[in-house]
Amino acid sequence: MSILVYTESENGKLKKAAYEVASYAKGIADLMGTSVTAVTVNAENVEELSQYGVDKVLKVSSDKLSKFNADAYAEVITQAAKKEDSKVVVISQSANAKYMAPLLAVDLEAGYVSNAVKLPTLDEGFNVERTAFTNKAFSMTSISTDIKVLGLSNNSYGLKENESSLTQEEFFPELTDENFGITVESVDKNKDKVSIADAEVVISAGRGMKGPENWGMIEELAGVLNAATACSKPVSDMGWRPHGEHVGQTGKPVATNLYIAIGISGAIQHLAGISASKNKVVINTDPEAPFFKAADYGIVGDAFEVVPQLIEKLKEFKANNS
Amino acid sequence: MKILVCISHVPDTTSKINFVDNDTKFDTNGVQFVINPNDEFGLTRAMWFKEKQGATVDIVTVGGKDTEPTIRKCLAIGADTAYRVDTEPLDGFQVAKELAKVAKDGEYDLVIAGRESIDYNGGMVPGMLAKLIGANFINTCVSLDIEGETATAVREMDGGKETIKTSLPLVIGGQKGLVEESDLKIPNMRGIMMARKKPLNIIEPLSSKTHTEAKSFRKPEPKGEVTLIDADNLDELIDLLHNEAKAI
Ligand SMILES: Cc1cc2nc3c(=O)[nH]c(=O)nc-3n(C[C@H](O)[C@H](O)[C@H](O)COP(=O)(O)OP(=O)(O)OC[C@H]3O[C@@H](n4cnc5c(N)ncnc54)[C@H](O)[C@@H]3O)c2cc1C
Repeated sequence: MSILVYTESENGKLKKAAYEVASYAKGIADLMGTSVTAVTVNAENVEELSQYGVDKVLKVSSDKLSKFNADAYAEVITQAAKKEDSKVVVISQSANAKYMAPLLAVDLEAGYVSNAVKLPTLDEGFNVERTAFTNKAFSMTSISTDIKVLGLSNNSYGLKENESSLTQEEFFPELTDENFGITVESVDKNKDKVSIADAEVVISAGRGMKGPENWGMIEELAGVLNAATACSKPVSDMGWRPHGEHVGQTGKPVATNLYIAIGISGAIQHLAGISASKNKVVINTDPEAPFFKAADYGIVGDAFEVVPQLIEKLKEFKANNS
Repeated sequence: MKILVCISHVPDTTSKINFVDNDTKFDTNGVQFVINPNDEFGLTRAMWFKEKQGATVDIVTVGGKDTEPTIRKCLAIGADTAYRVDTEPLDGFQVAKELAKVAKDGEYDLVIAGRESIDYNGGMVPGMLAKLIGANFINTCVSLDIEGETATAVREMDGGKETIKTSLPLVIGGQKGLVEESDLKIPNMRGIMMARKKPLNIIEPLSSKTHTEAKSFRKPEPKGEVTLIDADNLDELIDLLHNEAKAI
């Protein structure tokens, strides 16, 4: 029996979230007195997982799995969990992991808890804290099944170094045509942009920007901080920015280290989506904007004056600190 | 084409979230309930299939009698028939099982659910439902077209989108993007009158088998005061972000 963790990769490289879920799996393994096995799909260099407490990697290499396919990936992880006799399976909460998780849970007859933010407690059954009501609350949730699937919220546990000696093993899951009921025809990824899910910093702007033509400075600020860009809902509804950038209760959740909100009022639906971010900065002309109550740092000022200056200052800062 | 839309009855997005009974239950006092926003996009897309391609659209909710105003609203928007599985929803697996029974019995070609409900945010019902009935599944679906037995969909993923082809029967987890916000349907008087005559069938639940249980709740710690920085002193902001917040 070991804790199984699915460590995601992109273009052969493990993602940062993979090290976070590995750290979390190691935390659980320590609580339960067992080891950690990671399963990777088409990842090339997996050695670094040994820094985060992984004891064994099951490496799956398959052309058929070159594009993400929820059902087939769920089948891979199911077979890995059975092989390892894993009672706990840990995944991230990337869009792909969230897509796959319910399929995996049914395959394994497992209880699934999404959006977990802490290590489970084991004194009275198996309980884990998760966010609920779109980050307006936390819920202590117990899982009663023999096998458990946990989805760890991004950036909630962090990276914990924990050196281990790693063994690697090729793993050949059996996949049938039935696992490929859907065909991915094309993938349209914003190649040179940081995605909101992977970003350490998100620069978000709202209706206060007045129009899509003013996003140049938002992009530039994002460029300086290697950040992703995001927006409030009306901005994407009006077509100023793509829907995929809209954050909040009905958009994407953001749990980054730094969230800078420019010309966003801070409506409850927006704040719900970003409350898990560690540091929030607001720039708004209106000192009464509700965002000031939710932010850590605030500037009352006109974005059109503040942002260009901030870009210059940050460039200087970067130049002196790199 | 027969379409089933799964509707979750959730607190309005502006609701204050509180708990009662020693923090074990959501406090519904003074809370307005609405159609889960992700489901509302799905319902509107279903109405499009009804109007343009002659589909029939049924809706289903797992929940008590208190969900009926939400169900009536869906009928007023134009759904043909409603089903309510008469049990309290306790966890995603239980809800998916109840929905799977309705979906199977009705032999639906397409089942539309929301990517997640905005109350418990489990994000598991559509996928579990698909697996339980052996249908194809597409999550975070932002565009859906169906010709004959073939569906073409666009799904949102981290940092982009992908286009998917698949066949019916299909379950989707839908969200904003499936239709434009401005196309969301609001019931009109005629719809409301007609909704009164439409069938609302009460279904006995299968079982209350659950895998998980929300045992208690807590609210986040109250946040400290914001540190205000003069717009002419951006160096201070950079210094705080670097030294205090360790964010840059
Ligand atoms: C069911 C439902 C779900 C929703 N879900 C979401 C969601 O997920 N995400 C979301 O964001 N919203 C959501 N909303 C909408 C939400 O209620 C607000 O309408 C929205 O967040 C407001 O966006 P905004 O702050 O960009 O615009 P506004 O409210 O118009 O605010 C613009 C702000 O910009 C400031 N400003 C103006 N000019 C400048 C300037 N030159 N410099 C600096 N500041 C300036 C103003 O002072 C103001 O505070 C939802 C609403 C509903 C009903």
